Amino acid sequence: MTSLTHTPTARKKSLFDHLETFLPKLVLAPTFIAGIIFVYGFILWTALLSFTKSRLLPKYEFVGLYQYVKLFTNDRWWVASKNLLIFGFLFVAICIVLGLLLAILLDQRIRIEGAIRTIYLYPMALSFIVTGTAWKWILNPSLGLERLVRQLGFENFSFDWLVNADMSIYTVVIAGVWQSSGFVMALFLAGLRGIDDAIIKAAQVDGASLPRIYWRIIIPSMRPVFFSAVIILSHIAIKSFDLVMVLTRGGPGYSSDLPATFMYAFAFTRSRLAFGAASAMVMFGAVMAIIIPYLYSELRVKRNE
Amino acid sequence: MNAKLIRYVLCIGLAVGMLVSGAFAGEVEVLHWWTSGGEAKSVAVLKDLLEKEGHAWKDMAVAGGAGANAMTVLKSRAVSGNPPTAAQVKGPQIQQWGDEGVLTNLDDVAMAANWDKLLPKVVADVMKYKGHYVAVPVNVHKINWMWVNPEVFKKSGAKIPTTWVEFEAAAKKIKAAGYIPVGWGGQNWQEATVWESIVLGVGGADFYKKALIEADPNSLGSATMVKCFDTLRMVLKYIDKDAPGRDWNLATSMVIQGKAGMQFMGDWAKGEFKAAEKKFGTDYIAMPVPETSNGYLFNVDSFIMFNVKDEGAKKAQKAMARLIMEPKFQEVFNINKGSIPCRLGMSRNPFDFPAIYSFDTFEATAASGALLPSMAHEMAVFPAIRGAMFDVVTSFCNSSMTSQKAAKNLAAEVKNAI
Repeated sequence: MTSLTHTPTARKKSLFDHLETFLPKLVLAPTFIAGIIFVYGFILWTALLSFTKSRLLPKYEFVGLYQYVKLFTNDRWWVASKNLLIFGFLFVAICIVLGLLLAILLDQRIRIEGAIRTIYLYPMALSFIVTGTAWKWILNPSLGLERLVRQLGFENFSFDWLVNADMSIYTVVIAGVWQSSGFVMALFLAGLRGIDDAIIKAAQVDGASLPRIYWRIIIPSMRPVFFSAVIILSHIAIKSFDLVMVLTRGGPGYSSDLPATFMYAFAFTRSRLAFGAASAMVMFGAVMAIIIPYLYSELRVKRNE
Repeated sequence: MNAKLIRYVLCIGLAVGMLVSGAFAGEVEVLHWWTSGGEAKSVAVLKDLLEKEGHAWKDMAVAGGAGANAMTVLKSRAVSGNPPTAAQVKGPQIQQWGDEGVLTNLDDVAMAANWDKLLPKVVADVMKYKGHYVAVPVNVHKINWMWVNPEVFKKSGAKIPTTWVEFEAAAKKIKAAGYIPVGWGGQNWQEATVWESIVLGVGGADFYKKALIEADPNSLGSATMVKCFDTLRMVLKYIDKDAPGRDWNLATSMVIQGKAGMQFMGDWAKGEFKAAEKKFGTDYIAMPVPETSNGYLFNVDSFIMFNVKDEGAKKAQKAMARLIMEPKFQEVFNINKGSIPCRLGMSRNPFDFPAIYSFDTFEATAASGALLPSMAHEMAVFPAIRGAMFDVVTSFCNSSMTSQKAAKNLAAEVKNAI
């Protein structure tokens, strides 16, 4: 009798339990399936295409590593890869240094901090298209900076990086840093605010100078912030497409081409779909080669702590 | 009461009428990238003509990237098995779509109107896949034009050149007088536009055919090609240093404003002069690019027609093909667009002077065999080869590469892209 009355309540409870464990999965399922198909599925499809001879449309006629061999003998690909190294390194490094510096200066309990913070963060609200267009005008020798300085009386002033094939990639760095360093500043500022004042006070009692406190205590304790900043900035760098398209269009010539613009040009405007897919796979491999060891080392440290 | 009844009957009549016409007429969905002022006006002409015949027009305009965006849309629609009725596709890409087996045969329309007689053979060949018409040509643009500001020449005491030797003499004088000799846009397609005109002039029509249409590696790496690059290098001495990345219309406005003496650009540059209310003959002059007066590089826009199942759509598609080739459309469209009709033997009266000159050379070169498809404007070679040529020419223009190395690279890169 007791068992009979007991069973329904148990069943009810288990049904609710089931629902409780099942509901999150059910809610997440569409996103999960979409992710599997549209991210990982399409990565696989791109990999498959890179081994074919597809030109205008996908065609499954396999030719092995043919496209990769062509890719690595292509002059323009090497220019694009070298540019990504230059751009990626300088962009990430300058953004972090500048962002950290701004954050530390802003953290000195100055007046109107809120207003200044907003000013530095504002570029982040713009799209790279707007940034690119504005900098295109600023850096154009006959419109912008060079002309302005010359009109001020410095007749020999010259700043022609935008139209100089050897320097054009650095203009992309300038515009990118202008846009993103404010965001990095915000990240570091949040990190600085999260540090316990007691540690700093203890160090001050011990007689440590302010630079020493920053160098030895504060900056090392912001390791997780560095981690997020590097991950976010390097993925901005690698997928950079719009900024280059607007600022230099890969030019002069193809001197400021990046792998992303290279891939777009070959796969979509030159009907070399498989060749473009091969370049996309090489990009993918390069990203994995950098990100995986970094993720691994960072996450392992966390677990040990 | 009576009036109400009449209105009632009329309404029913109209509804039935619409149903009936719906049964016979169909809809065309047209993918194109003619979205700017004059171009949009030109497309509207075709839309009106089709609607007059009772067909519906579904516009699918994809702006941007000189058609690159539209092509991406077209590819994704074709891959998903849902292509539009017609799409703006030109040159050898028509053959690529033919290879995909998605195009419809327009031979019946072409036979009825005798397109073979109306079109120069080189143009008709572009429209055919394996001997059958699959595309309809809309217009002809002439590429090898030189736009001149005579005022600048007069002030510098220079003579308008017809050969490259004369060009250098004139350019020197213009530079000495403090003007920029050539208004130059440093984008790869503009650089290639000038380069192909030089190849036509310096190398001649047969060499152009071998090198830029057949993409023969021996011709691409030959001594003649080195000479062509030498000429390009000479021209590059007379541009300003801010040219990289400049849009073509900004280069045109340098000529309009009298900052630059001349520009090498297709006949669409005329629209810029007209918009600035400049008068042909006094404010600006159009001449063939030096040494190309006997040749004609053409850029023909066309529509390819896809296989569709719906009977009404099929009818509308055929009607569209027929209407495009009819004189009425060819005339109105091309006056709006600033190009000339691709149909031979049309009246020149409604056209202005540069267009009439274009008519004459179009017909003369169609007979002489110097009517040639433009490489820079996607008429001559597959996009992959065109891209390889662009890469070499643009890196030549933006570095100190020697002509010998450029010719060698050209042969190698083109071979690599095939």
